[in-house]
Order: sequence, then C-alpha cells, then structure tokens
Amino acid sequence: MRYAMAVDTKKCVGCSDCVVACQTENDVPIGFCRDWVVEVIDGTYPQLEVEIRSERCNQCENPPCVRCCPTGASHVVEGGVVLVKPNKCIGCGACIASCPYDARYPHPKGYVDKCTFCIHRVRLGMQPACVAVCPTKCMYFGDLDDPNSDVSRVLKKRKFKTLIPEAGTKPHLYFLI
Amino acid sequence: MNEELIISGRENPMVDPQLHIWHWPIPLYLFLGGLAAGVLFFAALYYLLGKEEDFRTAVRRVPFLAPAALVIGLAALFIDLRHKAYFWQLYTTIRLESPMSWGAWTLLVITTVSFIWCALHIREFFPKWDWRYNWLKELESFFNRYKRPLAWVMLVFAIITGVYTGILLSAFNARPLWNTSVLGPLFLASGLSAGAASVVLASKNKHERLLFTKIDLIILGTELFLIVHMFMGFLASTQVQIEAAGLFLGGPYTMVFWIFVVMLGIIIPAILDLMELKGYHIPAVIPGLLVIMGSLVFRFVFVFAGQVSRWLY
Amino acid sequence: MATRRQFIRISAVGAGAVLAGAAGFRLMAPEPGKALSGSAGEMLRRIPTYCEVCFWKCAGWVYRDDKGAIKKIVGNNEDLNCNGRFCPRGTGGIGMYYDDDRLRTPLIRTEERGQQSFREATWEEAFDYIAEKIKKISAEHGPECLALFTHGSGGKYFSTLLRALGSPHVAAPSYAQCRGPREVAFQGTFGETIESPERTDIRDTKCLVLIGSHIGENMHNGQVQEMSDAIDKGATIITVDPRYSTAAGKSKYWLPIKPATDLALLLAWINVIINEELYDKPYVEKYTFGLDYLREHVRSMTPEWAYGITTIDPTVIRETAREMANASPAVIIHPGRHVTWYRDDTQRLRAVAILNALLGSWGRRGGFYRPEIFELPEPPHPPFPEPKRSWRTEFPDLYKLADSVLANGLCDATVPDPSRHCQFQGWIVNGTNLIETLPNQENTLKAIQALQLLVVIDTMPMEITGWADVVLPECTYLERFDDIRTGPHRKPQIALRAPAAEPMYNTKPSFWMARELAKRLGVIDYFPFERIEDQLDWQLKQAGSSLDEMMKLGVKTFDRQYEDLYFAPGEDVEFYTPTGKIELYSTTFEEAGFDPLPKYTHHEEPPPGFYRLNYGRAPMHTFSRTSNNPNLTDLMDENTLWVNPRVAKEWGLSTGQYVHLVNQDGKKSEFPIKVRVTERIRWDSVYMVHGFGHDQKKLRRCYGKGASDTNLITKVLVDPLMGGTGMRGNFVTFITDLSGKEVAS
Repeated sequence: MRYAMAVDTKKCVGCSDCVVACQTENDVPIGFCRDWVVEVIDGTYPQLEVEIRSERCNQCENPPCVRCCPTGASHVVEGGVVLVKPNKCIGCGACIASCPYDARYPHPKGYVDKCTFCIHRVRLGMQPACVAVCPTKCMYFGDLDDPNSDVSRVLKKRKFKTLIPEAGTKPHLYFLI
Repeated sequence: MNEELIISGRENPMVDPQLHIWHWPIPLYLFLGGLAAGVLFFAALYYLLGKEEDFRTAVRRVPFLAPAALVIGLAALFIDLRHKAYFWQLYTTIRLESPMSWGAWTLLVITTVSFIWCALHIREFFPKWDWRYNWLKELESFFNRYKRPLAWVMLVFAIITGVYTGILLSAFNARPLWNTSVLGPLFLASGLSAGAASVVLASKNKHERLLFTKIDLIILGTELFLIVHMFMGFLASTQVQIEAAGLFLGGPYTMVFWIFVVMLGIIIPAILDLMELKGYHIPAVIPGLLVIMGSLVFRFVFVFAGQVSRWLY
Repeated sequence: MATRRQFIRISAVGAGAVLAGAAGFRLMAPEPGKALSGSAGEMLRRIPTYCEVCFWKCAGWVYRDDKGAIKKIVGNNEDLNCNGRFCPRGTGGIGMYYDDDRLRTPLIRTEERGQQSFREATWEEAFDYIAEKIKKISAEHGPECLALFTHGSGGKYFSTLLRALGSPHVAAPSYAQCRGPREVAFQGTFGETIESPERTDIRDTKCLVLIGSHIGENMHNGQVQEMSDAIDKGATIITVDPRYSTAAGKSKYWLPIKPATDLALLLAWINVIINEELYDKPYVEKYTFGLDYLREHVRSMTPEWAYGITTIDPTVIRETAREMANASPAVIIHPGRHVTWYRDDTQRLRAVAILNALLGSWGRRGGFYRPEIFELPEPPHPPFPEPKRSWRTEFPDLYKLADSVLANGLCDATVPDPSRHCQFQGWIVNGTNLIETLPNQENTLKAIQALQLLVVIDTMPMEITGWADVVLPECTYLERFDDIRTGPHRKPQIALRAPAAEPMYNTKPSFWMARELAKRLGVIDYFPFERIEDQLDWQLKQAGSSLDEMMKLGVKTFDRQYEDLYFAPGEDVEFYTPTGKIELYSTTFEEAGFDPLPKYTHHEEPPPGFYRLNYGRAPMHTFSRTSNNPNLTDLMDENTLWVNPRVAKEWGLSTGQYVHLVNQDGKKSEFPIKVRVTERIRWDSVYMVHGFGHDQKKLRRCYGKGASDTNLITKVLVDPLMGGTGMRGNFVTFITDLSGKEVAS
C-alpha cells in the first residue's frame, strides 16, 4: 500500500482553500501552515505561461527526515506516510533542516509538525481535508498499488512531474502538467 | 522573466523566508565539542605514546578544558531543543542512520571519560586533594590501573566527537552547502587545531609549545587544503552547489569567511607558527587565540550559511 | 451515544497514533445531523448553516466539539451552490468567529463624528437613542428621509423596519457599485436579469468567453467549480483581459486588450458573426427583434477597425468569433459580476447580451439556463404603508433605467445641496463598509457629516463604525438563525442557517435588534414572531418541511414546478420585453432616451508617467470584509502593486519595495504598497487587490497593511442610464520617497 497525491496544476486556481481546510481540520495554529501554494510565471507579456502547485510534505519513500531523527519520533506508518510522535520528539530541528522541500515546521508546543496526508481521515475511508475541499477538484489521492484508485488512474492519463527528483527522496506528491 | 513565489502567505517561523532553525547554541556547541575533542585527542595520544612526563600540560592540565567545554556545549544543545521535557528520549534508542543519535551517545561516553580523566589528574591543580569516600578512592585506583584502555577509549571517542559533527551536517543533502564529504575531516581538523592551540597557550614548557606549534601548523595546512578542495568540489558540482558556494564567493558570507576564518583563523596563525619555528619570538597568545577564534567563527558561518543554501525557489 | 471513541484522547495535534492502536476499530457512519470524528479522534456535532463571508451563500455544516468550540466548516454535499466544497473564505469563516478584534458591546459616540471616541452602552440606551432620533427625523422630515444600506443577511429585518415606517430607501452597494449595469442591460435585452448566483450553465458549456471577468481570482464558488468541470470536458476558454489573470492562464485564447476598449471588441465580434452568418439562424429568426438594425449599426465595426482601438489582431478577432460560433448554442459570453468600469457599462453589457442572443445561448444547455426560486411565504403582517415620496419621485429624470435604489444615489442625496429641497437625514448601515465600498471617499464623508443619525450594525470595527453615532455589535453568522436561503438555481432549493454557538461577548442577531427598535417605534406588528426559530418553523411548515427536519438536512431540494431548465426545441417563449422578443434593438432604452444599440466611445487614457489603476479580487478574501480574519490573513495579509518590468526599470522599482501612489487629482495613498514586478500586467496599467489599506486601528491585524484603491478613486464615471459608478478611470503614478515629503511627479 503506497499512498500518493496528485495535483493538477492546469486546473488549480491558487485559491489556497487547501491551506485553510488543513488548518481547521488539523488544528494548525494561526501563523503556521502544513501546505502552501506556489505560482510560477514564465515569459514576457503577452507570451506567458503559468503553473500553480499546491505543495506539502511529499511523504517520501526515501525520507531524509526519518533517517536523521535521533529518537525515532519521525517514523513511517502504513501507506508510506511519515508521521511524528509528539512525545518522542525533542525539538532538535534536524528533520526540518533535512527536508529539501521545507515541509516541516516547529509547532509552538515544541515538537515538529507537518502534513500527515490526514491519515486520521484516510483510515476512516475519507480523503485528506485538502483533497476533499478543493473547489476545482484538482487534487487526487489514493493507493498507488491499487490500479483503480483516483490517483493511479489520473497518473496513467496525464503527464506528471515531481519536485527535485534528483534529491533522491522518491516523493509521493505528483504534479500533473 | 521568471517568477516563482509562494502565494498562500507561508510564513512558518524559523523556516521562512529562509531556514533559520539552528541559532547560536548549535555552532557554539560544535566549537566546544571540537575543542574538547582536540584537547582529549592529544591528551590520549601522548599518554599512549608514553610522553606523559614530557608533555605534562597536554596530557594532564589542558584536558580540564574538556569537561567544562562539554558541559557548556551540552547545555547549549539543551537550550536549543524546543521540546526540552522529552530530551531523555535521545537515550531510549540508538538509531544507526542518524548522526545525531551517534552524537548523543558519543557525547555521553566522551563527557564521562573526560570527567574521569580529569578526576585522575586533579592533583595537578589541587595537590592535597582527598576523595574522602572510600568508593571514590576505589574508583580512582580502578581507573589508574586501567588507564591505558581508558586512554584508548578516549582517543577513539575524541576522534568520533571531532568528526561526527561534520558528518552530521554533511548528511543533510537538503542543504547543498553542507552536503560535502570534506566537511567531516574539516571539522575534525578544525577541532584538533583548536585543541593544539589550547596546549600552546597553556603550556609553559618550551619543548611542548614548539611541538604543538608544529602540529598546529600541519593541521592548519591540512585545513586550508580541505577548504580549497571543498570549494573546488562545489564549483564542479550541480547548480545548487554552485549557488551554495556563491554564498562565499561574492555572496553575503564572503567577507566574514575569507577574512575571519581563512585569513585570520588559518593563514596568519600558520605564518606566525612558521616564524616561531624559524626562531622568531612570537607571543604564543596571538596565533593561539586567532586559531581558536577562527574555529569558532568557522562553525558559526557554516551553520548559518548552510541554512540559507537550498534547493527550491 | 457514548462510544469508545470519546475516551480515546491523544494530544491535540492528531498524529493519528491512537487509531494505529485501535486495530479493531469499526467505522460508524455519522448519524444524520450528528457527529463525525475530528483530527484528534473526538466526536464532533454538526449544525447546518449557509455562509456569510461572501454573497454566494454556500450551505454547509459547522462542526463543534463537546465543549462547544467551533472546529471547522465543511460544505453540504446536497447544496447546489457549493456541491459539498466550500471556498477558502467559507472554510476560513471560523476566523470571523474567533477574531478577537470583533465588536463586543454597543457603543455611543461621545464627541464629534469621526473623532472615534465612544462610550460603552447598554442595549436599552442604544435603542432608546436610535428610536428617539428616528422619531425626530420622521416628524420633522418624514420617514422617507431614512435610508438603509445593507449587504448582509441581517439587512432583511432592518428593511422590514424601514418599510414599516414608510421609507422605500433600501440600497445594496451590489447594484450601482457592482452588477447593476448587467442587470439593466440584460433586462433591456431578454426581459430578465442575470441573478445571483449567475444563471450561467458553465459546466456544460463548450466555449466560455470571459471579458472582464476573472473567475478563479473572483472566487464565486459555483462558478469556479463549474469552470473546472468545463475544463475537464475540454471546453475552450477565451479570456479578454489586459492582465494575465488566472483564467487567462487556463485559456486557449488570451486577448491582452488595451484597457477601456472592450466595447469595440464586442462590436467587432458581432460584426464578424453577422457578416459570416455564424449566428444561430433559427433561434434569431424565432426569438429576436432588430437584427436588421443591428446589422446596419455594426457594418463599419470590422475587426480591422477594432484592431486600431484594442490592439487585438484582426485574425485573432475572427478566429475567436468563429470559435464561439462553433460552440453555439453551448457558448457563454460571461456577463461578469463587478462591471461598473467606465460610464458606458450598461451599453457594454448590452453588447454582451446581444452577442449571447445571436449565438442562441440564452435558455440553452451550455449557455444560460432558466433558474427557479423556491417561494417561501412571508410571515403575515399588515401591508407596508405607501411612502409619500421616493428618490424616484424626486428625481424622475435621473438614471431612468435603474430599477433598484442606488447606494451612491442615497449618498449623493445626503450631501446638502441648495438645488434640492430635502436630503436624507438618517442612515442605517448593516454589513457594508461604505467608506471602502463607495468611490470618492470625500463625498461619502461629506454626506456622513450632514446626517442627524448614523447607525452601524457590524461584526467588526470596520472604518464605517468610526463615523457612527451608535454602533451595534452583530454576532456572526455562526452564532445566529437567519432567513431561509431561497436563491435561484437549476432546482429550487432552501437552506437553513442555525447557530453553532451562543453569541460571543455582548453581541446579538439583527432579528432581535430590529424587533427591539420596532417595539419602540410602534411597528412591532410587522414582526409577528417573537423568536426567529418560531418564524422559521412556521415558514418551513408551509413549505412541507419543519425546523427539525432542516436541522438534520441543512438543505432541501424541490422539483421544478414551472418551466423546463432549457427552451424545448421550437418552444414558444415569451420574453418580458415590450416586443415580447429578445430585443437586439432595445425599445426600452430608446424610449428612455438612450441609444438602442451600443456605440463605442473612446475613454480617457492615462497621461504620460501615469498608469491606469486596475483592481480586482483575490480568491482568499472578500474585499475588506475578511482583511482581519486570522485564517485568511495567514494566506494574504497585504495587497501588492503589480508593475510591468519595463515600467519598473524606468522607475527603478524592485519587487518588495514599498511605494506611495498619487492619482491624477493629486490624491495620495494613505499607506504605501509593496511592489510586485511581474510580466502579468500591461505596461500602461498597475493592478492591486481591493480591500486593504485599512486605517482603522482597532483592526489590529490589517491596520496599515497594503493600500486602498478606494482611496485613489476620486474620479467617478457615473453611468447616466442607471447610475452605476464607474471606477476604472483613475490613473496613478509612483512616489518612491516614503519620507512623507510631497514630491512632484
């Protein structure tokens, strides 16, 4: 079972609903965020191109943050989802420095926090909050090992990319381009 | 024109606008750890070479810096933790893939060993020292019997302490500036040179001072060699590494690195050391302090600049 | 329903560790209207609501935990407006509830208006003050001199109050400051208005033409969702915008038009479609009137002619026209929403309506459907008294085609003027920050200073509250019941808003406030129900439902009763126009003395060194209403000024630099704005998002952040047809020296 998420950069309008929904679903404190939206503009007026991406922790298959954690607070659960056990975390910040995607942040309570693919919802058969709220329905989630899941089907149909594949992290967040 | 920007207002403290998760306690600890490592290495080395009497300062007196440095360093590390109440979790497991886990256990060992070593030589400073309790006196005689194995342990763990901090940083492939295997040996060399400089500063024995000046000179030369190779490596590597090197080649850290770390921290002390060896009388305090300052500033610059270097946006 | 789940407590940030241990955990479907698991494994209850952050009014569920704390807001899957997905502002609506800058208690002004010195008062004191003043005004000048400005759900009750007193003057700024011109234009063409939510069948369209509409930055939920559906189905999008908007980024054709020349493009398209006979012949033959007049009118308006005005290549004009015609009748030339730009807006929207009519999209799938509204009976009350006079009777020749009260009109008629023998004396303002809404702030302030009474009802201490005599703190939509939502849509649907929490501090719902005032003013008969729950239950029972049922369902959808969603082939449709047909040539306009066919007029261009001030929306904000919302300021806490790189180079501006702006009348921006150098904007304009630059210190999160475009809109281009206030005729230049010294540009 390998959970993955795909975001359609052609349909995303950059509304950042995914950011607010994640905040209210996961009690992310005001001033912090587990996911964010990036806009890329290329060209010269009026020959322009835009790509909009909703980014978050890539739940890497080769996660540097799990490797560098000295206490094992950063660990992998079913589906390849990387989680943090707050009461094992000492707040050393190594995992924050080790993430090439800047996906982690220090929670005001002291431990380190990040996107969990809303595993608490996924375990109940629901989708992550960001995927469920997106007004353009441009986000897909599911099990890569299941050929019928939303994400498997869309990755078969569309061209996609990942961020910094050369960093060797084997990310599970795909951007449809 | 190409624009790449975050439009959802991400402003995670200590991550945005650029990573700054490690502040002054970390480079301070790295310096103190390196210094302790250097000091204990030489102490162990010259003890094992049987030169305890020739180099009394190196083997018996200077090591007293180590427990102090390590305790302050550990305190700095503790201060930096954001979830302090759980710090003990570090000692519930050993994670072989995590250099920080290695470091936690290594520090435990080396700090204990440094205290023991100093306890064994406490009469260098307090000639009439009495342990009072019987069990302490028994411990003293126990360790005196097994001083050689103790020294071996100290030697090995001093090297690990000196090198693991560099390995720890180089294991962060997300920070292109740190992601070079030269960093481990470079940190070790820097720590050893700080240790050697401490001996030169503390020793009243001319012979000892000259030897350690020579050692210091060799290590400084090695450091310079490693730094040059590090930059050659960056510039021949990928775009992110070239940009990371750019931080020191025209970027915001250029001045402080080349002037304080390289010029004042390595080259000038090396020249002064050379002059000393050629017979000119240089007050030992100058190159000594410069080397130590250089070692300290080097770690500050590298820890801060490393957090600036990045892959994305 | 106590379950094991209630006793499984883990630390507040759900890392999900608890569920890893509960291997034998069975998934229980939430009971209707009841509970669902939160991120920490707790049970949450859900209460139905419809959102008040913008005007789309999506219906959803508010989730709160055992202790009554509101945790999150999620869409109702059955709601036609949002299809179960709220937009970022709706999701962030909890920020409105938790904002600690909220108004907490009634305030009464102690010194001169505008000094912002208030004292806290009890509700009794506040109501007595207001009632006394209202009685005075009614006695001395007549109740018609009272006006209500409203853009919130609470306005319904103050409207009842005012009409019960005998005043017809209820205005929403959404008319003359926003969509008024398109309503008048479409009324004049098809005999019907566009409505809100727009009756555009975007999800089934094959070609969507956005001319001055930035769906995607304009986050009207249903529109954005349907545009996404259309993209999935392979629809073509054609965007006409001087700026590379989000929609432009998804378009097959982006026409980077010179600002203020849209009408020329529309007329050229009409020219191509008529001359190349691309229009829907049977439809036009059967349903429209005036094709020959139109043909003659656009004879000279060729793409080449338009090219000289708009800078759009004639080939592109022809190609896009053919693309539209190809998709006919599943094509939408979108009427936009905020269309008050250049004074000839009604005529420009007439061109849009005509184009739609030629392509046969009105009443067809993929074009414009026929919405239906659920008719909920009003609670019984005595008939409203006939007002002795109204703005219409006083100004019979002004804005003849306006069919709603104009907010700017009321404002203008408050400023004392010797040519007028009376003026408005008292304003009630609910849910609209007039200072930022009405252009020409100086005029608004002049009007306010002339008032005898200004009452402001709001949840936040917005700028308008600083000028009030009495400030009444309203509780947010999450803390109250309100009227049943009965907006028009493909199917008639009703939605309930119920309180998810008790009103915080000393705030109250507008229903209660209006009732208390009604008691003191002797018109309590118009509010037959003492508790709003009883009124709602009575209304719902008339509709075959009940309050209990709606608490469980949130929304209820009914079948269409009247016409079909689309015209049946060959259906005999009668249009509510004088000719009974779609009037390409508008007889109503002609009768009122205006051009029956739109003519292109040249609009003023920026003088050298100046740039046209364009403004728009951001999807995470609703104008100035949300600028202080903590969840939404997290996304965007200030606006930026988009500047073309060529212009930036000329002025030495770089991204991140702050500049002041000064307009053609010498008005300087109050706060500096951050520059964003981007290729997305034309070199003759600058762009900023509307709603920032607050100067009300009590709004601690947004005070002084960004700049206010309203500040700089001093030249108002008023549409003579219906009074719409065109706001895009202002030009600005930069002041890079922020030290405050006046610098000649």
